[in-house]
This record gives sequence, structure tokens and C-alpha cells, in this order.
Amino acid sequence: MRIPILKLNQYLLISIQIELDDQTALQFQEDLLEKIHEEGSKGVVIDLTSVDMIDSFIAKVLGDVVDMSNLMGARVVLTGIRPAVAITLIDMGIKLEGVSTALDLEQGLASLQQELEG
Amino acid sequence: MDIQSCVEVKNEWGIVAARQAGRDLSRQIGFGSVDQARITTAISELARNIYLYAKRGEIRLELVEKPSKLGIIKGIRVIAKDDGPGIQDIRQVMVDGFTTSSGLGAGLPGVKRLMDEFTIDSEIGVGTTITATKWAQVRGHVR
Repeated sequence: MRIPILKLNQYLLISIQIELDDQTALQFQEDLLEKIHEEGSKGVVIDLTSVDMIDSFIAKVLGDVVDMSNLMGARVVLTGIRPAVAITLIDMGIKLEGVSTALDLEQGLASLQQELEG
Repeated sequence: MDIQSCVEVKNEWGIVAARQAGRDLSRQIGFGSVDQARITTAISELARNIYLYAKRGEIRLELVEKPSKLGIIKGIRVIAKDDGPGIQDIRQVMVDGFTTSSGLGAGLPGVKRLMDEFTIDSEIGVGTTITATKWAQVRGHVR
């Protein structure tokens, strides 16, 4: 299973709409970095509206994706984290420090635009 | 007690299948969306531990009930069982941040916080059984 990565001007948009197994999560990590490299993208929005569970492994992969993309010079914003997912992450003691987040796709794109275009 | 479902975990797909079974059963029992997420996440952590450390095992889900002042309370009991190497030092694995794999070390202490009851039974060379229960409509419990 591959997660589709859409290009919108200088940004990449991802909406995760499937049950994330470990292999798919790692494949996504690789695909996204390749795509950033190919397109020279400056910003990425990963929308998690449809994701109803993030365990410690998925959280680690997401945190790594953000760090790796930053290393390549692309800013990543995670959007649409559901209330139940946010509560569970904090219960678990997972903080995702240094990760930019926004309420929804629209606000995520706006915050990237503000940061990158001034 | 009739067993509601039992998922064999021997690869990554087993982790996903266990999660889905947990999500379905917790929804059927009538847990709210936050508790559904807690239960599903706890199952995911337990199933991944089986796959990582014991290679194979099973996640059994049971519907449980207990009487209370308000009537019968329903709950879901998750039993993660394997015949793996066992846990050397249980106290150590229950410390936040401890990990022997590539995770965040939030695994077992995290599961304990997500659920209402939690016990580990482990014997070196024999295997590990972790039992975790979540009750519906229990308020004000200490996490």
C-alpha cells in the first residue's frame, strides 16, 4: 500500500486515509523524502484527519519524517489530529516536540505560507 | 467467559488485525471515541511487543462485566500472550523511556496509563502474558 503524495505549487500535500501498518509508514517516509528531493519542495502538509490511532511506533515515524524533511530544507506541518488521538498521545507520554501542527489543512497551508513567503 | 476474538500475531499484519478487532469490539460495547482510541492504541503496543520480542503470539479480547452501584459495568479485557523469551526485568520495562527497540519507550508504561487494570506475568524462557482491562463509564480513576 502506497500513500499518495500530491503536489500543489511548491508544497506537497498528504492525506493519510488508510490504516497505517508499519511497512506502509516506513515506505511513506522514504517516498516523501524522495518526492521532496525531486520537486525541490519547501513545505509539506501531512493531514491526519482520517487517522483514528497513533501508537508509539507511528508517532516515532511521523516525528522522524518531520526531522528528516527539515534536514532536507522542507518544513512539515501535521494537521487534523483528532481529539481522541491527541488525548491518547498525551496519556502515553508522547509529546512530538518540535513538530509544527495546525487544526486543519487550510490552517496548515496558511502557516507554511506565512513562514516561507513572509 | 466467552472469548470474543483471538488474533494471531506473527507479522505486521497481525498488529493491524488485532487493532481492528479491538476497535470493533470497543465500539460494540459502547465505549466513546477517546476510549476506543485508548484501547486500540494499547492493543497496538501489545501486539507490536509480541512481534518484536517473541516473534509470535496472540491477542485475545474478552467482553467482561462487573456489578457496581449503577448496575452492571461492561469492559474489554485484552490478553497478550506469547511463548517468547520472557521479560528479564519487569520493573525496568515499566520505566518511561526504557526501550530495547527502536520505539519511544512509551510502550508498556503507556499501555498501563491507557487502561484501568494492568498485570504482567512473565517467566524467562517460557513466555509472557500481559492482561489489561478497560471499563466503560469508570470516572475519576487514577492514571
